[in-house]
Amino acid sequence: MSDREKNERNHKVVVPIGPQHPSLKEPGSFKITLDGEKVERAVVEIGYNHRGIEKACESRNYIQALYIIERVCGICSHAHTSCFCQTFEDLAGLEVPRRAHYIRGIVGELERLHSHLLWLGVASHEIGFDTLFMYTWRDRELVLDLLARIGGNRVNYGVNTYGGVRRDLEPELMEDVLHVCDLLEEKLKYYADLAMTESTLIARLKGIGVLLPEDVKKYSAVGPVARAAGIMDDIRVTEPYGVFREIAVNPVTDDHCDVYGRTLVRVKEMLEAIRLIRIMVKEIPDGPISVRPPRKLPVGEALSRVEAPRGEDIHYIRSTGADAPDRVRVRAPSEANWHGMSHMLEGFQLADVPIIIAAIDPCYSCTDRAIHLIGDGVNQLTDWAQIRALSIEQYKARGIDPGSIKIREF
Amino acid sequence: MKNKQERPGGLAGLAIKNLFRNPATQVHQFGEDGIQKGYRGKLLYDSTTCINCVMCMRDCPTGAITIKNLGTKEEKQMHAYLNLGRCVFCCQCVDTCPKKCLSCSSDVLLANFNRESLEIEL
Amino acid sequence: MLLAIFHVLVFPGLLFLGAYSFLLEFVDRKVYARMQSRKGPPWYQPLADMLKLIGKKVIVPRNAHKFFFAALPTVSLAAVCAAFLCIPIWGGTAITAYSGDLIAVLYLLTIPTLCHFLAGYSSHEVYSTIGAFRTLTQMFAYEVPLFMAFLSPAILAGSWSISGISAFYAAHPLYTLINIPAFLISLLTSQSKLERMPFDAPEAETEIVGGALVEYSGRYLAYFRATAITELTAIASVLAALYLPFSTGTPWLDFVLYLGKTFGIVLIMVLLRATMARIRIDQTLKFFWSILTPLAMAQMILNLLLRGGLGL
Repeated sequence: MSDREKNERNHKVVVPIGPQHPSLKEPGSFKITLDGEKVERAVVEIGYNHRGIEKACESRNYIQALYIIERVCGICSHAHTSCFCQTFEDLAGLEVPRRAHYIRGIVGELERLHSHLLWLGVASHEIGFDTLFMYTWRDRELVLDLLARIGGNRVNYGVNTYGGVRRDLEPELMEDVLHVCDLLEEKLKYYADLAMTESTLIARLKGIGVLLPEDVKKYSAVGPVARAAGIMDDIRVTEPYGVFREIAVNPVTDDHCDVYGRTLVRVKEMLEAIRLIRIMVKEIPDGPISVRPPRKLPVGEALSRVEAPRGEDIHYIRSTGADAPDRVRVRAPSEANWHGMSHMLEGFQLADVPIIIAAIDPCYSCTDRAIHLIGDGVNQLTDWAQIRALSIEQYKARGIDPGSIKIREF
Repeated sequence: MKNKQERPGGLAGLAIKNLFRNPATQVHQFGEDGIQKGYRGKLLYDSTTCINCVMCMRDCPTGAITIKNLGTKEEKQMHAYLNLGRCVFCCQCVDTCPKKCLSCSSDVLLANFNRESLEIEL
Repeated sequence: MLLAIFHVLVFPGLLFLGAYSFLLEFVDRKVYARMQSRKGPPWYQPLADMLKLIGKKVIVPRNAHKFFFAALPTVSLAAVCAAFLCIPIWGGTAITAYSGDLIAVLYLLTIPTLCHFLAGYSSHEVYSTIGAFRTLTQMFAYEVPLFMAFLSPAILAGSWSISGISAFYAAHPLYTLINIPAFLISLLTSQSKLERMPFDAPEAETEIVGGALVEYSGRYLAYFRATAITELTAIASVLAALYLPFSTGTPWLDFVLYLGKTFGIVLIMVLLRATMARIRIDQTLKFFWSILTPLAMAQMILNLLLRGGLGL
């Protein structure tokens, strides 16, 4: 008996959410087995958006690879380049100027603001609260305009380079940063208040997508998901880097363990980010903003961690002494959070599925990997000619002969 | 965190206030384009100072820029070509250029209907 | 005879219904947008959307029931139009006023919901089936408090016709104050009937991709959209006639008053839509059965007692 027949006999429906679905902003597939409105089983399938970023970095020199790394994620581009630069600087033994650390810190916290505001908007759209969605995205524009002025682009700011930053922060720009912080703080306090009093919001978020502390450890979840369960895993606190060696970050945790807790953590983190930006702008030292990086790295390998808005971001570089990396590995934060997803989904209702998926702030293309199975003769790599031969065979079985069709060589 | 009274419709006050404020969105076609100062847009090229070192070509992540000397070694006739379809506007070439003959403008309205006209000479 | 046909077809009948529905939809969308600090659509947008939909190709799913699939949109639109003709708009009495037309209107306004359910169920698609069942579940939740809330003023007035109730409250305007709880209940239940936020679980776009109508396209979808916007007008008119029946005696002044009342009701509905998150279907059921139904019942009993006590 096939799965389908079994499901029909038990009155169960399999609802496909994705790869194309209004609640998913990037392709990913979730097969939800429903018992009435209740999710009985959830199968997460990712991998629709694999871009081969790591391989692309390995076939370019370090300067070129930096701009590929910047495009790993469309939201946390600064976190990824910070991490990659940090790894490079570790390997090369570069001493980054203090002013550069501060500028990196300011841009990083601004990015956290815009990422969390974006998340708040997406999450409220998933639960049908479009007004809050419009408000948060309107306020996010303030941050984006500021980032465009600092770096020269709204999303891929291109602030980082090896050994420092590419653009300096002018005094009048810093005043504008403070001004935007003042504007945003007032609004964020309002949203924090709203999140704690709006009863329809609380009814939709509380007790949904529970991931208890022991499950967080079991599935190794990171970022706001872990912090909402009371586990402090903020790299800025546990293993400070850059500017956070000088400025202490107040840890933000919550004990709700659910989507509501994740919302509160993110809102509080935004307020914390504003506090950090104010301190950094006040205490920024004078001096150079970069040192000259080498074109080639010495033989060796390095790994470093940075707290991206979604959690811990890990980058790894192995160098053989050439001007291009031998191996690059990017562990984007969403990748760590996927493992607990089906556990979070099961037992809740179909209506909760979009918000539970959105609650980890998933970044599909940051995460997607190609898998090459080795051993047991299960080599799934097929070359172009093999694929063509197989497809011709399949068409012939259906009574169509495509052999005469000429296909362009790639 | 102190527990506050839960109630629905907490956004109503702000929503009604917004009715009488100007909208945050603007019609782009006739409005300001919102491009900030220092935005990274189309490149500008000064052929007189270029020394044909092709450092920019080596550092370009996408291979969008091409520098060609159409004259001889003594009498240089430098030309720069940019493929706008490939350029990611990172402006690494501007940073790399030792003679600062490349710079970025704030020109961002570069879309075109056919692929060929995306390849432009700077 | 000719005048009667004119009344039914043009004013205050179907043509007026269409034009006014477009206007109310525009108000709905524009105010919603301005509350979200957006610009909002231009005034002709609802009409343009409708014309565009009518011009689009119709795709009927292979395993859908062809006749039902095509007939349901028309039936639901016709039901709303028929209901609208029983509501007084010009000069105190409706075009087709008869004893008991309130009940008829309430039943006619149930037909679009049932059509939604049947449309979703006959599309044979997983999202539309879930949407159809949610539509039906929600209907069982709101129908009881809706009927009770709409019938409470009728009990107090001692008349089962909307025109009669209007006339009664126009004569005794202070009695409308008694019906304020019923008015609030019927606002919420109407919001649920129209599948608007916060009770739009049956068509939740981010969960089930639009629910029951996911397979509909072209002019059939246009008819369903027309049903939705005319239903908004019809319900706003019923609410205005039942709960805000102040009148001056002159028909055109009454008509202006009617426009003002329906505008006000739509504005309140927009505010409800803008300031709340969509609540889950089980929470909807709980809300209607454990809060609104007892309240509506209390209102009904109060009105029965008052009717006896006041000696009307």
